Amino acid sequence: MFKKTMSLLEAIRTALRSLAANKLRSALTMLGIIIGVAAVITLLAVGQGVESFVRAQFESIGTYVLFVIPGQLEEGLPSARNRSPHPLTMGDARALQDPIRAPSVQRVAPVLQKSARASYRKKEIIAQILGVTPDYFTIRNWPAVEGRLFTEEEVAGHTRVATIGTLVRDRLFRDIDPIGKTIRINNVPFKVIGVMEEKGGGGFGSEDLRVFVPITTAQTRLFRGRTYRGDYVVSAILVSAVSEEAMEDAAQEITQILRERHDIRYLDEDDFTVINQKDLINIFGDITRVLTIFLGAIAAISLIVGGIGIMNIMLVSVTERTREIGLRKAVGARRRDILLQFLIEAVILSLIGGFVGIMLGVAGAFLVSQFAGDFQARVTIEAVALATGFSAAVGLFFGIYPATRAARLHPIEALRYE
Amino acid sequence: MSEIMESNGSNSEIVIRLENIVKIYQMGKVQVHALRGVSLQVQRGDMIAIMGPSGSGKSTLMNIIGALDTPTSGRYLLEGQDVSRLNDDQLAEIRNKRIGFVFQNFNLLPRLTALEQVELPLVYAGVFSRRERRRRAQEALERVGLGDRLHHRPNELSGGQQQRVAIARALVNNPSIILADEPTGNLDSKSGAEVMYIFQHLNQEQGITVVLVTHEPDIARHTRRIVYLRDGLIVGDESVLHPKVAMPGGALYEAKHR
Ligand SMILES: Nc1ncnc2c1ncn2[C@@H]1O[C@H](COP(=O)(O)OP(=O)(O)OP(=O)(O)O)[C@@H](O)[C@H]1O
Ligand SMILES: [Mg+2]
Repeated sequence: MFKKTMSLLEAIRTALRSLAANKLRSALTMLGIIIGVAAVITLLAVGQGVESFVRAQFESIGTYVLFVIPGQLEEGLPSARNRSPHPLTMGDARALQDPIRAPSVQRVAPVLQKSARASYRKKEIIAQILGVTPDYFTIRNWPAVEGRLFTEEEVAGHTRVATIGTLVRDRLFRDIDPIGKTIRINNVPFKVIGVMEEKGGGGFGSEDLRVFVPITTAQTRLFRGRTYRGDYVVSAILVSAVSEEAMEDAAQEITQILRERHDIRYLDEDDFTVINQKDLINIFGDITRVLTIFLGAIAAISLIVGGIGIMNIMLVSVTERTREIGLRKAVGARRRDILLQFLIEAVILSLIGGFVGIMLGVAGAFLVSQFAGDFQARVTIEAVALATGFSAAVGLFFGIYPATRAARLHPIEALRYE
Repeated sequence: MSEIMESNGSNSEIVIRLENIVKIYQMGKVQVHALRGVSLQVQRGDMIAIMGPSGSGKSTLMNIIGALDTPTSGRYLLEGQDVSRLNDDQLAEIRNKRIGFVFQNFNLLPRLTALEQVELPLVYAGVFSRRERRRRAQEALERVGLGDRLHHRPNELSGGQQQRVAIARALVNNPSIILADEPTGNLDSKSGAEVMYIFQHLNQEQGITVVLVTHEPDIARHTRRIVYLRDGLIVGDESVLHPKVAMPGGALYEAKHR
């Protein structure tokens, strides 16, 4: 059956020839596909890059971590209840560390976080000050790269010691060794005992622009804030579960304990939120998925526009080459030979366009990575395969109509065409 | 010589048999009767000319014989096979393998070299090997005296040379019939005589049946039989008692003729 028709190789050769005869036109025709595919590749690569960047950020928080924060996350504007919520306190944090009521909880780390001025000699910066306990570093698996972290004893003793992020070191100390130097936080002197390992992901709100001090010192010397009962307020509580599987249980135990402590009645809403690290990743995954579909739709539209361009040019080409088609038929070309020739031309147009588009898209992704700095746009094999497949399909689909028209031409009428 | 004997031996075999062929073109509401009932038989190995005034239906008849078109009614038997009711692809196969068609305006593809023009029918005949195609195309071009013009494109060839490329293309699949619609119409008399020499050579040496259309009585006298057409009907059919003999080189004919 196939033996009776012209060989595929021959058809490809013929198609390449006729495309090469009209180089500028072929290139312009490909432009639609090139732009479409380049857009797909770049956008998907950026999407992938953002996703893996954010995932890495989440994972750098630490494993099996739950966050407890005051108030309800879902509520957009603060409601009447939300304006005076029960804040989270040191007492809450201690209560979570009950091995009988909360067996799934491993470690609990209350955090008091505020921004403040930090200065060394004449240099001054605004940094995030975090009052924490050593458990915080353990939960987040976050070591010091110079000096050391502070100890339980230093927390108990309200000591004025600090470990600083690499950005704080760079901005306050430059070439000086910071260990043992005294910085001032809101004019209170602290001795620097360590520098934290770099988390990366620079810019505003970077974790490297932080100063860690014992939470007790922060509560008594830096930021005062107590409940009417006299308990110290905390910004958030980090909790690690005993295992990944225990995270759901841990969240329930935390909720149970805090509802009791905050006197929340049956069916009333929590005045705090327990966030699972996995939930965050999943929510973000959903967002990027929607975004990817959206970008994909835009790209698909541009590919279709490119396909219409191909169909247009192929129709022009069929008309221009009516006599050629007539002659080919006169010397024995069958319908399927002509069909194949024009289909292959359309597919080659779109495939070359796709290939150039992939190149441009990869270059675009590279450029975006260069400028963004923080994350790497990632071109995946899947994206390349998708773009290639899509452009071939577009060529095939939009080539069918012109090719059929060519194949149906009557040899005599075609030869007579002028 | 033995080939001539053979073609004489099978003298009675009829390769083209037309029975009451009618062709009507529909032009909007008007019907054009291009052929009104043509019956014609052509012997294998014969060489005939079709003459007639413009619009008498010569090209229409040639297109039907050449399987480029189908009649409105009537029967056409090509080597005993009924061609008048074949479908598109079957007609394509006949055009490809059994008939070589030569046009007045050559119909070469502008960008292809002489070799590639002649390879075209081989491509559609399913000759996959490029080397084989090349060899056969080159051989066909040598048969029409163009062995030294293999890589020329149409715009690098004279009219007579272009027509010879077209003849090589018609020859390459070894058809039993060559049809030519005013093959010398666009040529000067020297090139025309060259073309006629090739046709006579193919007819006599290889026994190929040749049917050609011409307006020039001188060209017609190179054949053995002349059929006259008028208003879509055959109005005359005569044998040529002493066909003129074309010599290689065309215009040299008179000088060399002894
Ligand atoms: N495709 C067509 N549609 C309509 N009428 C046609 C078509 N082809 C040919 N005719 C008509 O059929 C008649 C015969 O045409 P044909 O081309 O066979 O004449 P011809 O003998 O070859 O003339 P010429 O010597 O000028 O080439 C003419 O009247 C012509 O107008
Ligand atoms: Mg004519």
